[in-house]
Amino acid sequence: MQLLKSTVGRKILMAITGQLMVLFVIVHLLGNSTIFVGADWLNAYAKHLHDLGPFVWVFRLAMLTFFGVHVIFGTLLTLENNTANPQKYAVNNKLEATFSSENMIWTGLLMAAFVVYHLLHFTVRVTNPEISQGIDAVGRFNVYAMVTGSFQQGIIAFIYIGAMIALFLHLSHGVQSFFQTMGWNNACTRPVISTIGKVVAVVLLVGYASIPLFIFTGILKG
Amino acid sequence: MSDHKTMTLTLIVWRQKGPNAPGKFETYTAKGITEHHSFLEMLDVVNEDLIKSGKEPIVFDHDCREGICGMCSQVINGVPHGGQERTTVCQLHMRKFKDGDTIYIEPWRAKAFPIHKDLVVDRSAYDTIIQAGGYTSCHTGGVPDGNAVLIPKPDADYAMDAAECIGCGACAAACPNSSAMLFTSAKVAQLAALPQGKAEAAERVKNMLETMQECGFGNCSNHYECQAACPKGVNVKFIAKLNREYLKSLAS
Repeated sequence: MQLLKSTVGRKILMAITGQLMVLFVIVHLLGNSTIFVGADWLNAYAKHLHDLGPFVWVFRLAMLTFFGVHVIFGTLLTLENNTANPQKYAVNNKLEATFSSENMIWTGLLMAAFVVYHLLHFTVRVTNPEISQGIDAVGRFNVYAMVTGSFQQGIIAFIYIGAMIALFLHLSHGVQSFFQTMGWNNACTRPVISTIGKVVAVVLLVGYASIPLFIFTGILKG
Repeated sequence: MSDHKTMTLTLIVWRQKGPNAPGKFETYTAKGITEHHSFLEMLDVVNEDLIKSGKEPIVFDHDCREGICGMCSQVINGVPHGGQERTTVCQLHMRKFKDGDTIYIEPWRAKAFPIHKDLVVDRSAYDTIIQAGGYTSCHTGGVPDGNAVLIPKPDADYAMDAAECIGCGACAAACPNSSAMLFTSAKVAQLAALPQGKAEAAERVKNMLETMQECGFGNCSNHYECQAACPKGVNVKFIAKLNREYLKSLAS
């Protein structure tokens, strides 16, 4: 297929799958925010999701496809780029490239590893069985107790906050990059889109990192 | 010249005898350099000293020395063309440097630009990309009437901005991925903006991109380092335009 071979075709696949995952993390954060309203809200939200039945699996398979395409092509393109650029300069003076744009592969792989851990932790629930099997007063699975129980442990809170910093770095380049790749950009819109991308990255960092931070510091009680 | 203050600089220059020879950095002292010397004239002075002392002069590319031919190609202190906005190496002047400065001079580094000798690289990969579609096919013959094909002024301006590219190679040299996307996009955008070029737009973008890959250039990942290094100010908006042209080509 043209799209899978062409340099721009693969870039477009990276951009679209990446952006779909950004939409997912935005919705995921909105769902997670119910934790600030109270245990009842979070547990009810989780129950609603689970009651969707087969749709949950359709959604999971779609996400797995986006994730797979993004990781495979991201790795492939990076390997190709390293081949195209075998000898580095003795002095490197970057004018526009940023730490975030130059380390997409590393922040990306860090997050890929994190997603595996996150699923084992909160979805399959095998990493901390002692706190992830509770049932609340009305017989629902007690997500609130699982989350607060986890983030009261410094190491888990630290891992989650670290992963969210990787997400922030990845998206400060990734969001604006999507618009450029899709061709929805020109000299006037580029600085605006770039700022919007960074704002999205900051909002997601603050939103996501606040949960483990609030629980670990005891602001949000278990 | 004698009424000018002169400066002494330390140059750390990449020396390589041939395409397959191993290269290394050599240190030279540039003496008697005035602020009015261009960077290439400074190298001429150094080379004269090297020749007088029986040493092999530093080989570098140059031609017009007025910033329009795209021949000079040196990475100075880690930036292609030295980092002065919209300036080629030949138009970079020594007033940008201070007495006692140490300057690193390296050739373009990209797999698709193999080193010939010292600072001279083979940039024929850019010609190969142009041969793949950087033209319009048209009947030749009598001179066409000046206003037979009307082109709106904004379109003509847009095409001219893209056509400013002199094919020097700085974009691929600056790119962390050694991608030639800015160069390729400038030609794709220029021709796609004009009625004469629109007919072959879909074929052109596919062929030029394919050839860019075959030549060994990397993939663009939107670092925008190319635009910052471009001595002609070619804008990355043309890469967005290329991406649009590519998406359109999928439908044709």
